Amino acid sequence: MEAAQVEERAGINLKPSGRQAETTDLQPPIEAGKTVGNIEVEDPIFRCRDVDVYYGEKHAIKKVGVDIGKNQVLAMIGPSGCGKSTFLRCLNRMNDTIPNARVVGSIVLDGKDIHDKKQDVVQLRARVGMVFQKPNPFPKSIYENVAYGPRIHGLAGDRVELDEIVHNSLLRAGLWEEVKDRLQHPGTSLSGGQQQRLCIARTIAVNPEVILMDEPCSALDPIATARIEDLMEELRQSYAIVIVTHSMQQAARVSQRTAYFHLGDLIEVGETDRIFTNPRHKLTEDYITGRFG
Amino acid sequence: MNKPRKTAQETQAIVAQSLRRRYWAERRFRAYGLTAIVAALTFLVYLFFVIFSNGMGAFRQTQVRVDVFYDPAFIDPAGTRRTEDLQAADYQALIRASLKKKFPDVEGRAATRELTKLVSSSAAFSLQKQVVADPTLIGKTDTEWLLASDAVDLLTKGHIDRALPEAERPLSDQQLAWVDKLRGEGALALKFNKTFLSNGDSREPENAGILGAVVGSFLTLLLTLLWSFPIGVASAVYLEEFARKNRWTDIIEVNINNLAAVPSIVFGLLGLAVFIGFFGLPRSAPLVGAMVLTLLTLPTIIIASRAALKAVPPSIREAALGMGASKIQMVTHHVLPLAMPGMLTGTIIGMARALGESAPLLMIGMVAFIVDIPKGVTDASTVLPVQIYLWSDSPERGFVEKTSGAIIVLLAFLVVMNTTAVILRKRFERRW
Repeated sequence: MEAAQVEERAGINLKPSGRQAETTDLQPPIEAGKTVGNIEVEDPIFRCRDVDVYYGEKHAIKKVGVDIGKNQVLAMIGPSGCGKSTFLRCLNRMNDTIPNARVVGSIVLDGKDIHDKKQDVVQLRARVGMVFQKPNPFPKSIYENVAYGPRIHGLAGDRVELDEIVHNSLLRAGLWEEVKDRLQHPGTSLSGGQQQRLCIARTIAVNPEVILMDEPCSALDPIATARIEDLMEELRQSYAIVIVTHSMQQAARVSQRTAYFHLGDLIEVGETDRIFTNPRHKLTEDYITGRFG
Repeated sequence: MNKPRKTAQETQAIVAQSLRRRYWAERRFRAYGLTAIVAALTFLVYLFFVIFSNGMGAFRQTQVRVDVFYDPAFIDPAGTRRTEDLQAADYQALIRASLKKKFPDVEGRAATRELTKLVSSSAAFSLQKQVVADPTLIGKTDTEWLLASDAVDLLTKGHIDRALPEAERPLSDQQLAWVDKLRGEGALALKFNKTFLSNGDSREPENAGILGAVVGSFLTLLLTLLWSFPIGVASAVYLEEFARKNRWTDIIEVNINNLAAVPSIVFGLLGLAVFIGFFGLPRSAPLVGAMVLTLLTLPTIIIASRAALKAVPPSIREAALGMGASKIQMVTHHVLPLAMPGMLTGTIIGMARALGESAPLLMIGMVAFIVDIPKGVTDASTVLPVQIYLWSDSPERGFVEKTSGAIIVLLAFLVVMNTTAVILRKRFERRW
C-alpha cells in the first residue's frame, strides 16, 4: 500500500497501466526479420542480412537486416537495451572483445563479408572507425592522439606528412583553431565537447570509409552537441556515418535514414522524414511520440 | 496500517536527534585513528632510538698510536725484497717490539703477551699490506694507528665495568693501567671504523665488516629484480589481456594467490631440492638465492600487476582497438604505460620483502661463515638479514653493536632501494 503511494507520488509506473496494455494489444505481432519499410538502398557500403547476436544465452539482436548507404547518416533509435549499440559494434567487430558474444549472419562491407576468414580485424577497424559515448582520448598529447592511428598504420612517410595529416584532421573536426597553439598539451585537458571532437579527428586521421558513433553527444552540453552535429553534416560528404542516439530530435536533425530498434528487433527503417512524420509501425509511432522509451 | 505522514518539523526533529550520535561516532573514529598513529610512531621512534644508540658505536673503533720501526731484521733479513718473503715475515713481532719500546719496563713472556693483546691480531695484516705495497718503508720508523683489540674497544666505549673483580673482566689490572697510560698520552682514540664498511665477516668483532653481506644482498636482489619483474609483468599481462577466461585460468589464479601466502622457508626447501639438489648449482651462492627470492616475489608482483591492469579504464582499450591497433599494440602503447606505476608499487613491496628474507636463504646455505667478499653471483656469500642473525647469535660482547650497526646498514640499503624505485615510478607516472 505504502509502496504504491510512493510510486504514484514519484510518477514512476512500474506496472503496466491500462493505456499501455491497450497499445500492446493493438500493435502488429513482431516477427524476427520482418522489418517495416525499405531496408535496401542503392549501392550500399554495408549490407547486413539476418544478423543475430548472442551474449551467452541472451539473444541480443534478432535477424536484423539493413543497408547503410554511402554519404549518408543512418540514425539508430530505440529504448535502452534494444540492441542498437550491439548492432553498431558488430559493424567493426568490436563485439569480438566481449567474451561469450557470438555474431551470426552476413555483414558485407563493399562486397566482402567482414566475418570472412580472410578479413583482418585490424584492417577492418581502420576502414570502419568508431567514436564512443564517453570521450576517451588517450592520455597523451593532442598531437599524439591524432597521430596515433596514422603512425600504427604507417600512413605517413615522414614527419612533415604526419604534421599535415594531424593538421587536416583537426581542421576537419573543427578543432584546429582552438588547439593549434597547444598541440603538446594533454588531450584530457580539453573540455568534454573538445575531447569528443578530438576523438573524431583521431578517427578521421586514418581516413576510414565508415564512422560509427555510439551516442557521441550524450555526455555533452547543447552547444557542444550542436557543433558535433554540424560536423557530422560536413563529414557526410566523405564518409558513411552510423549514429546511435537517444535523442529523437538529434536523429531528425542529422540523419537521412532512421532505424528503430525494439527489444532486439529492427522494427522499422526508412527515410528520416517519413519515419518521423508517418511511421508505419505502432511501436515506432509510440516511441517517437514519446509514449514510452 | 496507514500511519499518518510525519510533518516536516517532526522529520527535522528526528534528523537533529540522530545528528549528535552521528557526529559523535565520527569523532570517536578519528580519535581511534589518531591514537593508533601516535602509538605506531612512538614505537617506531623508540625502535630507531634503540637501534641507533646501540649501532652507532659500530661505526667508530678504538685505535692505538704506536711508532713502528720497520726493522729489516724482522721483515726481510735476507734483503731479497720479494713479495713472498715480505708476506711471510713476522709482523706480530714488529708490533711487539714497538709496544715494548713504548713500555720499556715490561719484562717476561707473560707480561709481553698481555701487552700485545691490547692490539688486534689483524693489525699485523694491515702492516703487512702496507709493506708489500711500499717496500721502501723498510728501515724507517713511522707513526701508525693500529686497530685495538675488542676488549680495549669495549673499555673505551664504556661497556666494561672497572669495578668488577679482575678475573671477571676481559682486561687485567695491568692492561687497564697500560690503556689509561696510552689514553693519557693521547695515543688511544676512537676513529671512524673503515674496517666495518670494507671487510667481510670475521670471528674477531673488531675485525668483522658488513661489506660481504652488502655485496651479497646487492647481487641477490639485482638478479631477483631482473628475473621477477619481467616474468611477473609478462604473466600478469598474459593472464589479464590475452588468456581466455576458463577453468584453467581460474585454477592458475587461485594458485598464484595461494603461493603469495606460502611461508617463505618452503621456497627455501624447494630451492634446496630443485636448484641445488637436482640442477647441482653451487651452495650459498647469490645466484640460487635470487632464484628462490624470485619465486617468492613473483606472486606479489603478479597480483599487484593484475590489479594495476584491471584499473586501466576499458575505454582506453576500446579507443585503441577502435583505431585499429592490434592487441599487442593496445597493451604496449596504452595499457602498460598506465598500469606501470601500480606494477612498480607491487615490485617495490616484493623487493622490500625479498631484502628482509632470511629463512629461505638459510635453507640454501647462505648462512655459512664467509670471510671473502663475493666477486660474482656464484661465489659463496651471505646477505644482510642473515648476517644480522649470525652476529646476534655470536657470544662475543663486541658483536652486539655490530648487530645494530648491520641493522642500520640494512635500513639504509632499504631506503636507497625504495627511493630509487619511487623516483623511477614518478618518471613513469603520467601527469594527466
